[in-house]
Amino acid sequence: MNGAEALVKCLEQEKVKSVFGYPGVAICPFYDALYSSEIETVLVRTEQNAAHMASGMARVTGRSAVCAVTSGPGATNLITGIATAFADSIPMICITGQVSSELIGSDVFQEADITGAVESFVKYSYLVKDPNEIPRIVKEAFYIANSGRPGPVLIDFPMDVQKAEIKKFEYPDEVKLRTYKPTVKGNALQIKKVINEFEKAKKPLICAGGGIHLGDAAAKLRELVEEYQIPVVSTMMGIGVLPTEHHLYYGMVGNNGSPAANRAMREADMIVMIGARVADRAVNQTEVLTENTVLVHIDVDPAEIGKNAGATIPIVGDAGHILADMAEYEIDGDYAAWIKELDGYKKDLKVIRPEHPGYVDPAAFVRMLSQKMEDDAVYVADVGQNQIWSCRNHIVRNGRFLTSGGMGTMGYSIPAAIGAKYASSGRQVVAVCGDGSFQMSMMELATMKQYGIKVKIVVMRNSYLGMVRQYQHFSLKDRYAMVELNNEPDLEHIAKAYDMKYMLIADMEDAEKQIEGFLADEDSCLCECLIDPMDLV
Amino acid sequence: MASQAAPQMKTQMNKKVFQLLVDNTSGVLSRIAGLFSRRGYNIESITAGVTADPRFTRITIVTSGDDEILEQIEKQVAKLVDVRNIKVLNPDDSVYRELCLIKVEVTEKSREGLIAVSNVFRANIIDVSQTSMIVEITGNQNKIHAFLELLNGYKILEIGRTGITGLTRGDEDVVWFDD
Repeated sequence: MNGAEALVKCLEQEKVKSVFGYPGVAICPFYDALYSSEIETVLVRTEQNAAHMASGMARVTGRSAVCAVTSGPGATNLITGIATAFADSIPMICITGQVSSELIGSDVFQEADITGAVESFVKYSYLVKDPNEIPRIVKEAFYIANSGRPGPVLIDFPMDVQKAEIKKFEYPDEVKLRTYKPTVKGNALQIKKVINEFEKAKKPLICAGGGIHLGDAAAKLRELVEEYQIPVVSTMMGIGVLPTEHHLYYGMVGNNGSPAANRAMREADMIVMIGARVADRAVNQTEVLTENTVLVHIDVDPAEIGKNAGATIPIVGDAGHILADMAEYEIDGDYAAWIKELDGYKKDLKVIRPEHPGYVDPAAFVRMLSQKMEDDAVYVADVGQNQIWSCRNHIVRNGRFLTSGGMGTMGYSIPAAIGAKYASSGRQVVAVCGDGSFQMSMMELATMKQYGIKVKIVVMRNSYLGMVRQYQHFSLKDRYAMVELNNEPDLEHIAKAYDMKYMLIADMEDAEKQIEGFLADEDSCLCECLIDPMDLV
Repeated sequence: MASQAAPQMKTQMNKKVFQLLVDNTSGVLSRIAGLFSRRGYNIESITAGVTADPRFTRITIVTSGDDEILEQIEKQVAKLVDVRNIKVLNPDDSVYRELCLIKVEVTEKSREGLIAVSNVFRANIIDVSQTSMIVEITGNQNKIHAFLELLNGYKILEIGRTGITGLTRGDEDVVWFDD
C-alpha cells in the first residue's frame, strides 16, 4: 500500500462520502487511489469552488468535508475558499499535492509553500514527510477540524510520499495530542451564576450565533427558551436557530439587521451571547453594552471572550453542553411584560421600503420564495445586496440558511449550494445571488450539468455591483466607479448552453405563480429577477 | 452627528514576558512568530530551545502592549494547536537572563581598564586580539544595560544579544511533561 492509498483508506475510515477537487500531476497518485474507492469524486471548474463545495457540505452535515487539489496554482486557488470557511468556523479537510520532498524549496514547476501561505486561515496544517505517519495525521486532522471551535485543516502531500510504500496500515482509534485539548464543558459555577442572573433579570435576551449550528444545539436552545419564554435574536450566522416565525424570535441584529432585534439589544438588561463573536457588523458596543447590561458570553473559543466586549460572566465551552447543563436548573423568572414590549417593537418597527414599480421587489420576492420552498430546504445566499435582502426576509422553518458571513466571499452561493446538495440529495437547495456574484462562479454550471446536480439558482439582476454602488451613493456622492455591469451576457443563452431551464421574473405582477413554477419540479433552473438598479437595502 | 472622531484615549503600554511550552513540530516557531505579526503584536525578543524532554521546546517571548492586547496575546497563543502551556513570567517570582557578547576596540593602554570593569561585572573575556576584545556578560537586562553604560568611553565594534530567557522561581507551577 502506498501513501496515497493509505490516505484514501483513512478517508474511508472517516466515512467521507465525496471529494471535491481538481487534479494536476502532483495529486495524481491520490486521485489514482481514489479511482478504486467508493468515495465519489466531483471535478469542479476552478479550485476555489471545490473549497466552497466542501464548506457548503460541512455546514449542512456538521462534519468535515474534503477537497483535494494539486500543488502550486491549484493550492493557491484554494485559499479564498479556505479563508471563507475559517472565518465562519467551518470544519474542512483540504488536501494539496506538493512537489517531491527533495525538491521542496527549490522553486520547481508548480511549487508553492501552501502550508506557509494558509497559516493564518487554517486551524492547523501538516506537511507529510513520512508515509507511515499518514494514519495518525489524518486522524488528528479530522479531530482538530471538528472539535472545539471547528475550522479547516490542510494536509500538504508531496508526490514522493504519495508514492512511497508504507510498512503497515493501522488507523488509530483515538488521537493522542499532547498540546490540543479544547474545553467543551462549561464551568458549573459560572453556569449557576447565569441562572441567578436570569432570575434577577427583567429583560433577558439571548443572542445566538453560528456556534449554535456548529454545536448542533438548536433543539436544546429551543427547549430552553420555550420553557422559560426567553426572547431570542440572532447574528447573521445564527439565522435559523429558531424558525423565523417563532413567537420568541425577534430577528437578526447588526447594522443590516432588523430594527426590532436591535431595539431588543438596546433595551435588554441581560444579554446572553451564545456562539457569537460580538463582531463589528453585529454589535455596536456603545449602544448595547451599557453599564446596566449584564453580558454573558458563551463561546468554545476562549480567545473570543473579551476580544470585542468585556463579559460580566464569561463561559468557555460548547453551546450544546452548556445549554444542556443550563436545562438542569429551574429558572424562576417571568418575562411576560418584556415579551409584550418586544412584540410591540416587532409590530411597530418595520423597514418600510420605497416602491419600485416595474421591477421585482427583492424583499417581497425573498419572502414569497422562502414561503413556497420546502420545509427543510437549504437557502444559500451569496454576498452583496442579495445577501442582506435574503437575511432580512428569508423565512426559515425547518431548513438551513447558509451564507459567507465572516469573509463575505462573492461567488460563494452556487458552489456551496452544490455542496449542500451533495450533503443531502433529497433536500431542495436554492442559491440566491446577484449578477456580480453569479458571474464569479457560473463556471460551476458545467459541474452541475456534468453530474446532474439539481440546484435552483436565482440571479437578482440590477446590472450593478449593488452593495458597492450603494456605498458610493451614501459616501462618495454617487460617483459610481467600477460598479456598472453594462452590456451583460444573456442569461437565457447561458442557461441554454448548460441545458438548464430558464425563467425571467420581470416584476411582481405574476411573481407568485412564477415562483411556484420555479420550484415546481426537481430540475435545476436559472431564474433571473429584474431589480431596480437604484434599489437600496 | 459630529464628524470628527473622538480623541483616542492613550493606553498604557506594558511589557510582559511569556513563557511557552510547545510541541517540537516542524514550523512551530514560524506559527508563533506569524501569529504575532498578523495580529499586529510586538515581539521585543524571542528565544527558543529544546527542553529536557526533546518532544518539547521552551520559548520565551518579551512583548508589549496595553492590558487588552496582552490578554489577547495570551489567549491567541494558547489557542495554537502546538502550544502545550503559556504562562506569564512576573518579575517578582521569576528569574530572567540574557547573554550578550560585546566586541570592543582596545589598545594596549585601554585593555587593562576593560578587564577591570569586566571583572566587576563578572563578565568573561572570551577573545583577545591586538586591537579588540570580546566580552561575554550574562544577567538580567538591567545588568547588561549598566555594563554597556560603563563601556561608554570605549568604541564598541559589534554587539550580539540573545534576548531573555526565564523561569519561574520554585516548583509550584511546573508543567510536567506527560506521555
